[in-house]
Amino acid sequence: MPFTNERQSPEKLAGIATEIRRSIIRSLVEAGSGHSGGPLGSSDIFAVLYLGGVMKYDPKNPDLPGRDRFVLSAGHMCPVLYATLANAGFFPKSELLTLRKFGSRLQGHPGRDMHLPGIETSSGSLGQGLSIAVGMAMADKLVDRNDARVYSLTGDGELQEGSIWEAVMSAAHYKLDNFCMIVDNNDCQIDGRVPDVMNVYPIKEKFESFNFHVIEVNGHDHAALLAAFDEAKDTRGRPTCIIARTYMGAGVSFMQDKYEWHGKPPSADQAKQALDELLPNSN
Amino acid sequence: MNFEKYGSKATRFGFGEGLVELGEADERIVVLGGDITGSVLTNYFRDRFPDRFFSMGIAEQNATTVAAGLALSGKVPFFASYGAFCALRNADQLRISVCYNEANVKIGGGHSGISVGPDGATHQILEDMAFLRALPNMTLVVPCDYLEAKKATIAIGRMHGPAYIRFGREAVPSFTREDTPFTIGKAETFRDGNDVAIIATGWMVWESLVAAEELAKEGIQARVINLHTIKPIDTETIAKAAAECGAIVTAEEHQIMGGMGSAVAQVVVKNTPVPMEFVGVADTFGGSGSPGELMEAFGLTAKDVYNSVKKVLKRRSGEWNGLQAMTEVGMEGEHPKGYPKPGTIFPIDALIEADRKSEEAVA
Repeated sequence: MPFTNERQSPEKLAGIATEIRRSIIRSLVEAGSGHSGGPLGSSDIFAVLYLGGVMKYDPKNPDLPGRDRFVLSAGHMCPVLYATLANAGFFPKSELLTLRKFGSRLQGHPGRDMHLPGIETSSGSLGQGLSIAVGMAMADKLVDRNDARVYSLTGDGELQEGSIWEAVMSAAHYKLDNFCMIVDNNDCQIDGRVPDVMNVYPIKEKFESFNFHVIEVNGHDHAALLAAFDEAKDTRGRPTCIIARTYMGAGVSFMQDKYEWHGKPPSADQAKQALDELLPNSN
Repeated sequence: MNFEKYGSKATRFGFGEGLVELGEADERIVVLGGDITGSVLTNYFRDRFPDRFFSMGIAEQNATTVAAGLALSGKVPFFASYGAFCALRNADQLRISVCYNEANVKIGGGHSGISVGPDGATHQILEDMAFLRALPNMTLVVPCDYLEAKKATIAIGRMHGPAYIRFGREAVPSFTREDTPFTIGKAETFRDGNDVAIIATGWMVWESLVAAEELAKEGIQARVINLHTIKPIDTETIAKAAAECGAIVTAEEHQIMGGMGSAVAQVVVKNTPVPMEFVGVADTFGGSGSPGELMEAFGLTAKDVYNSVKKVLKRRSGEWNGLQAMTEVGMEGEHPKGYPKPGTIFPIDALIEADRKSEEAVA
């Protein structure tokens, strides 16, 4: 197989996550709109998944059959996906500064019609990405019978969408052990804390009762995330759900754990302060 | 009636404020939140009447059906979200639980149309009217400015039966006044004229008034009709306009297929067939950009209305008689530009070169 995605150390991944966060801040301040909190909070997950050697893919041949695939079900979190893909070499980093602009391949929510390398599907209507990912995993495991894996990330608020549980039921029904979903468990959504808006807890027991293998992990601990993805790969006969506990806006002091930062970009001054906090190789 | 722009404000504010006014007068009014309360401004109602506000989370299918249950128990529930999620995501629930039940449910569809801007195609609902107007028992209202949105919200809260109000995110010109009539189902003639009729809805009403002023400079007197209620449609006003003006242009921030223009065409063809042109989105999805850029690229400006009027007049005179595809607008049937192909605004080679330079600078 032509995939050469190398395992990286947790220390190296910490630096990569910081670089992803810096890219997110730069693209959002340039865009003047968009979501800050979720992307910053999940940067460590994306660093590990794409640059830690977990997923196999070739950024120069993004459509190569047999690759692992990732679906961002929480489509509004796309700044982190774009930043990660650019840092992984799918497209130029300069393009991150076109986010949300007229004619950009970096649409406000991922748009497959713009053919941005690495974007597997359009997403943005919450819940739907997870079902798409289940479909991809069924194609790999049940039809093509290859060893490719499918990953998908949802928000915790997104678990309120009923269709999520239809997707979860079908993944377990078909014993999709090539399917691994990640819940970005930051307890924040636009209107407030998740348990106040519409309680989704207990999350772990829900997934277990749906016959998922469940792993709870600190979503900012690169070593723990690597281990969780390894455990998911080794799990047979069941899909895996990694519940990654994160802080919205992690890495930027004035954004951290504040749901108000769900859907807005930093101002120029705030971006400068954020970049001052996110020093390269500071980890 | 003569209209002047005296300010600008998004129609969603009219919805939010109208809900509070309804709540003051009628204890049966309850509101369901779909996480984005601050965007669709149901937070005004929540803060004023916390006991009659229920947070439902991100679950539009459930919220719609719960609203039907509340309605069947004598409440007057409003559920509001982005139109992308409360007109089509919950389509079956609207059809069966709300409309088939004749449940007294009101839906507020926010961030409608392409003008929502940088969020991109997923959030730019352009197909809602096509579905909603096909639903038996549904009333569909599309106000043209902030004040009309407030009047419309109050009006649907006071009527009995399923209703949907479509409003937008962006600030749009304010030009109607307190004394401008608003009655559900009754189209209003905002500008007199007998040379051509422009029938518009939502933001496009203002754009049509601007186009009419340009046409007047050339001696063409356009009648401009604000068709704020798409269903039930005002057959009489439309048929009269067709008979008296002899040509019609419709303008809407929605797909041409199945939208307001299609509804008007049905009335015209059945009663008084005249040439028609359609200003709207031409069978394509939207994309990210500023509202202004998008309205221009997708052919939704006063200029596009003007062009379509010139074209419909040429057709009426027999001067222009070509077969035309649905996607053609303007004088001779030129296509709107539509959304740029990837790489045209931001060429990939230039981006790669910029990366190379910044890496050199670091090294």
